[in-house]
Amino acid sequence: MRRMLHGMQIRGCTQKMKTINLIIDETPVKVPEQTTIMQAAETLGIHIPRLCYHPHLSLEGACRICVVEVDGARNYQTSCSTQVREGMQVRTNSPDIRQARRDLVELILDNHPKECQTCERDGQCELQDLAYSLGVRERLFEGKRKQYPIEDSSLSVIRDSEKCILCRRCVRVCAEIQGVHNLTQMHRGFNTVVTPAFEAPLMESVCINCGQCINVCPTAAFLEKKSTDEVWAALADPAKHVVVQIAPSIRAAIGEGFGLPPGTPATGQTVTALRRLGFDTVFDTNFGADLTIVEEAHEFMQRLEKNERLPLLTSCSPGWIKFMEHFYPELIPHASSCRSPMMMLSVLTKTYYAEKKSLDPENIYVVGVMPCTAKKFEAQRPEHYMENQSPYTDAVLTTRELVWMIKAYGLDFTRLSAGDFDHPMGVSSGAGDIFGTTGGVMEAALRTAVAKLTGQALTDLNLTQVRATEGLKEAALEVNGKVLNVAVANGLNNAKIILEKVKSGEKTFHMIELMACPGGCIGGGGQPYPPDGHYVLDPEILKLRASALYAIDQGKKLRQSHENPYIIKLYEEYLKHPGSELAHRLLHTSYSPRYPKGIK
Amino acid sequence: MTNSTQTKLYPEIIEFIEECLTREHPESYLISILHKLQERHGYLTREHMYEVAQRLQVPASVVSGVSTFYHFFRLKPRGRYAISICLGTACFVKGADKILEAFRKKLGINMGETTKDGLFSLENTRCLGVCGLAPVVTINDKIYSRVTPQQVPDLLSRALAD
Repeated sequence: MRRMLHGMQIRGCTQKMKTINLIIDETPVKVPEQTTIMQAAETLGIHIPRLCYHPHLSLEGACRICVVEVDGARNYQTSCSTQVREGMQVRTNSPDIRQARRDLVELILDNHPKECQTCERDGQCELQDLAYSLGVRERLFEGKRKQYPIEDSSLSVIRDSEKCILCRRCVRVCAEIQGVHNLTQMHRGFNTVVTPAFEAPLMESVCINCGQCINVCPTAAFLEKKSTDEVWAALADPAKHVVVQIAPSIRAAIGEGFGLPPGTPATGQTVTALRRLGFDTVFDTNFGADLTIVEEAHEFMQRLEKNERLPLLTSCSPGWIKFMEHFYPELIPHASSCRSPMMMLSVLTKTYYAEKKSLDPENIYVVGVMPCTAKKFEAQRPEHYMENQSPYTDAVLTTRELVWMIKAYGLDFTRLSAGDFDHPMGVSSGAGDIFGTTGGVMEAALRTAVAKLTGQALTDLNLTQVRATEGLKEAALEVNGKVLNVAVANGLNNAKIILEKVKSGEKTFHMIELMACPGGCIGGGGQPYPPDGHYVLDPEILKLRASALYAIDQGKKLRQSHENPYIIKLYEEYLKHPGSELAHRLLHTSYSPRYPKGIK
Repeated sequence: MTNSTQTKLYPEIIEFIEECLTREHPESYLISILHKLQERHGYLTREHMYEVAQRLQVPASVVSGVSTFYHFFRLKPRGRYAISICLGTACFVKGADKILEAFRKKLGINMGETTKDGLFSLENTRCLGVCGLAPVVTINDKIYSRVTPQQVPDLLSRALAD
C-alpha cells in the first residue's frame, strides 16, 4: 500500500509558485505557497518545538506540541500541518502558547514512566529535552499510567510500550521508508498501543530488525537488545581470546558519539579504544568485505557466463535478507550465496586464524561492532553456527553500544592516538571501506569484476555513476563490448520499486545492490543518535558520513579487493581459489522463505 | 500466524475480495470486507484477517489496527445471547453501571467477554436513541427498558426460555 508523503511533496515541488506574505512573531516573511508555518518560521531562524513531526515522514499532527497562535483562528494551529496564507499573522511564542505547549508535554509525561536517570536514552531523549526547554519542572498531572511488559522476543529490537508517546514515527518509518508495514497502532484511546499486527511478538512478525524504529523514536520505546554485559564478561574472562571486528561504517560515525563533527573518520582511535577495553585481537570487517567481493565477483562472473540467475542480488545487509525471505521469497535464487563480511570474518577467525595461532575455537570469543541491529539477528541464524552448536559470531555491539562502553570505561576518545589493526585480517583495500555506504558494494564489486573480466583494471577506480545519496540509482557500464546494467537501492521501499521492475521484466539488470537502511550502513539502525543540528534520515549527515569513507578509500594505495595481499595469501595458504569447495563451505550460506508472508 | 496458503475464508468472502480487487483503490474496501466476514462468521479470527490481508494485499498490521479501532468489530465469538448495556450518558446517570456490575457478577465475565458455555456475552453500547426508557439493555433483538440490577437474573432466565 502506498502512502502519500505530504511533507516531501511540498518540499519537492518545483513548479512556479505564488509567493505568500505573512507575519511571524512581528517579522514579515515571504515564502512560496504550500509552505507550512513551521517551515516558514525556520526561514526566520525560529525552531518551533515539535515531537511527532519528522521532515522525511508523512505528516501526523498527533502530538500538538508545535501549536501556534494564528489571528482569526478559533483554536491553536499545528504549525507542522498548517500551510501559510496571505496576510497570516502568527505568534509562536506568546505566553499562552508557551503555557499550552508546557501543558501538552506535562500531559504526555503524566502517562510516561518516571525513570529518566535509569533510562537508556537519558540525555539523548527528545521528550526529556522538550520538557526541559519548555520549562516543565514538576509533574502536576498524576493519573492512571499505562502498563505493559517489555517485549524482548526479538534478537535485535526491544519494545517498551510504557515509554511510547504514540507519535507514530516508528509506524511511519516502517511503512514509508522500509515498506515493511510491520508496526501499527492497535486499539484506541487510553489502550492505544504500537505493535506488530495482532500484537504478535516482534520475533514472530515480518520485522526485519533494521532498527530504524529505534533511530526515529524520540524516547526509549524502541532500543537495541543489549550485548554489552556478555562482552564485558568475555573481556574479564582470562580463558577467552576475545577478537573484535569493526564494520566499515563504524569509523565514519563513531566520532559523533564523542562530539566530533559528522564525517570525521576515526579508524585509528577506534582501534586504540578497543585495545584499551581489553580486546586481544582487533580485526577489520573491511577484510571480510574484500573477501566478499572476491567471492561475489567470482559468483557473478559464473552467472554471467551461464546467463543464469541474473540479476545477482547482494547479500551483505541482514535486514534486506530477512526482507527478501518474507517479501520476495521467489527471488531467493538470485541472492548471492556469500555470507556477509562480518560472518566471513567470524568464520575465518574460528578456523583459519585459530589454526594459525593454535587456538581452540571454543576459547575464541568473536565480537562484531556493527552499525546495525539486524546483525544481532544474523549472528544467531542457525546457518551461522559451528558444528559444535556455538555461533561463529558470539556477540554483536551496535556503534551506540560501543560508544557507551568506551565512555563507561572512562576513555577520552578524542585524545586517543591512532592504532593499527592486527594481522592477518586487518589490512583492507579502499573497496572494503566504501562497503559502509550505499553504492559502495557495487563500486567495490565492479572494480574487481571488471578487472577480472577484461584482464585490466578500470582506468578510473572512482565509479561515481553508482555513488548515490538518493535511495535509488541505475547505471550502465560497458565491459568487453557488453553493457552491464546495475542498480543500487537503499531503504526497502526503494528496493521494492527496483525488484518489481525486475519481476515484471520492465528492465533487465545484471547486478543489484540492496541495503535495508537509508544511505546504507552509515544510516544503520545502530548508529549514534545524530548530534544537534542533524536528525535521523538527514541526507546531509549521510553525505558527511559517506564522504569520510570515500576519503579513506581515496587515500589508500590499495583500492581493489583482489589486490589485497592478505586476501591473496589467504587463498594461497588456505582457501585455494575463489569458489573452492572449502570457500563454499566456510564463506557461503543459504536462505529460505519466512512467515508471516509480507505484503508487497 | 499463517504458515500455509490453505484457504480458510468463505467462498463468498473470497469472491467479494476478488471483486474489490477489480475496482479502484481496493484497499479502501477493507472495512466492508471485515463487515461481511463478521456477518458470516460472527466474529473476526486472526487467521481470517491474515488471509484477508494477503488476498487484498493490505498489510496485516493495517487490518489489525482497523479491526481493533472500531468498536463494531468483534474479535471473540459472541454468545448465543448478546447482552448490550447502554452506557450512554442518560442510561449511565440512571445507573447503567450498576446493571453492568450485576451482569458481570451473575455471569462471571467482563465487558467484551463470553461465558464459557458460549451462551452469554456482554457488550457495551452507546446511546440507542431511546433515552426516555433509560437505562436500556438489549438481549439480541429484544429491548428492555428501565432495567434495575434486581431484574438481571430474571432477564437471563427469560432469554434462556425463549
